[in-house]
Amino acid sequence: MPTSEKSQRTVVIGAGQAGFEFCAKLRALGDHGPITLIGEEDHPPYQRPPLSKAYLLGKMQLERLFLRPRSFFEEQGITLKLGTRCREIDRASKTVTISDGTVLPYDRLVFATGARPVQLPDKMGGALKQVHYVRTLADADAMVMDFQAGKHVFIVGGGYIGLEAAAVALDLGMNVTLVEAGPRILGRVAATETSDFFRELHVNRGVKIFEGVQLTKLIGENGNLTGAELSDGRQIDIDVAVVGIGVTPNQDLADAAGLEIENGIKVDAFCRTSDPDIYALGDCASFPMGKARIRMESVGNAIDQAQAAASVFAGTMRPYRAKPWFWSDQYDVKLQIIGLSTGYDRVVTRGGPSAPVSFWYFAETRLIAVDAINDPRAYMVAKRLIEHGKMVDPDRVADIETDLKSLLKQDN
Amino acid sequence: MATITYIKHDGTINVVDVANGLTLMEGARNNDIDGIVADCGGACACSTCHVYVHIDWIERLPAIEGMERDMLEFALDADPKKSRLTCQIKVTDALEGLVLQIPAEQM
Ligand SMILES: Cc1cc2nc3c(=O)[nH]c(=O)nc-3n(C[C@H](O)[C@H](O)[C@H](O)COP(=O)(O)OP(=O)(O)OC[C@H]3O[C@@H](n4cnc5c(N)ncnc54)[C@H](O)[C@@H]3O)c2cc1C
Ligand code: FES
Repeated sequence: MPTSEKSQRTVVIGAGQAGFEFCAKLRALGDHGPITLIGEEDHPPYQRPPLSKAYLLGKMQLERLFLRPRSFFEEQGITLKLGTRCREIDRASKTVTISDGTVLPYDRLVFATGARPVQLPDKMGGALKQVHYVRTLADADAMVMDFQAGKHVFIVGGGYIGLEAAAVALDLGMNVTLVEAGPRILGRVAATETSDFFRELHVNRGVKIFEGVQLTKLIGENGNLTGAELSDGRQIDIDVAVVGIGVTPNQDLADAAGLEIENGIKVDAFCRTSDPDIYALGDCASFPMGKARIRMESVGNAIDQAQAAASVFAGTMRPYRAKPWFWSDQYDVKLQIIGLSTGYDRVVTRGGPSAPVSFWYFAETRLIAVDAINDPRAYMVAKRLIEHGKMVDPDRVADIETDLKSLLKQDN
Repeated sequence: MATITYIKHDGTINVVDVANGLTLMEGARNNDIDGIVADCGGACACSTCHVYVHIDWIERLPAIEGMERDMLEFALDADPKKSRLTCQIKVTDALEGLVLQIPAEQM
């Protein structure tokens, strides 16, 4: 690539997983131009997954969350502007304005602004103290204060974050009640089999789970949370609430700047937005996958999109091909997910009923995803099969006598 | 604390001090030793923190446990004798002088 391009000024908005990965990869690919990484939070880039897992449980100290020590950013010549919000973008003058009023010029701009939790409206008690969301370190630290043995925590939403919070709360000796408005927990992301497994896991440990029940409102006294009113008429006394009902992409700045938006900031396989000098990656970006356009909220997606965008800057042009993978830790159970289960028409169970067990999703005859529960071997084998588009015989998968290794050798 | 040697695939040698209690993966990450990718951040969920342990050290490390062993069985270019996941091994004084070889690629 021409050397002139190497001294381009890069500004990255959002110092989370995607923003960090992008800066690191850009340097690794040999870009020497000035990089400014702007982050609203006070902390240097850190990992979020432990916030609802080991960190919340008190089993992982703060320093271990950071993706790199501070010295890394100095050594790499990446200017970190923390506790700094990007307020406005002017595409005509190619500048961004940050919270202290400073105007920063850019040649290339990257949105890595992530997503924010959907909030309970104030009229539903969303503003009461002791109502928590799980997105940032500050959120987790506030939760830790309220997560005390003997207290009753009420969890709204039976997705991964809600279930992980429930597991931590129970391990800490709290009473735990969880409501899921949909017909079953994990209903939007997994098959009935997986939902059933996790329902049983939690209920056996003492979590009360109500499915198909909505929170009508949280009740408080003098701003303090005291109870919850449910759509089935039930009223329960609670001390703490955790709301995990999904996230909204942080796309407002991009929207105000006139970029195309479609369930997130719209990008192509190289993370390019509708403005050729602006990119978007991670939780805030929606990208083409087959004929659909999707947005993914996972570490793997943030890392791989960062790689794709950095490759454009470095001139090597490696398009993003999503290889979705995810994990969740609840009690002593590790769920590992490979692939995207959307569109499945058959689920085959291997093993069980207790862990290790894995659920294999097929669309017509194609294996598209696997949920592996305390079964890393199934996960790793499925990962190879899916990434190489190999065919597998569902009946052989279901037969526990079939050696996993032999599935890899199956023809075609 | 222990002094750990990480040898990259291209032969580059990094010798660093890692505090007790951190994992070997964190030791590499904090010293920006690339090749130990650690996508999952140490959750034993990705296998991209894989290394080959120097032959003299295989027996001296804490024994490999279920999850780690199972992840490694099908990890890229894993060697049943020498392969370990660096996120599953915590540093103690006993690891002074440990030598690790980083594979060409992680998956
Ligand atoms: C509790 C929890 C558990 C999770 N568990 C898993 C898991 O087990 N496995 C998995 O794969 N994924 C998990 N995820 C998802 C994963 O953490 C995210 O997909 C990933 O962090 C996305 O990275 P990102 O950089 O796009 O967004 P983020 O990491 O959210 O970073 C975005 C950053 O941008 C900042 N920002 C936004 N707007 C501005 C602005 N205008 N100016 C300045 N800064 C701004 C935000 O403050 C934030 O720090 C979990 C997420 C959470 C919250
Ligand atoms: S860092 Fe993912 S398995 Fe070790």
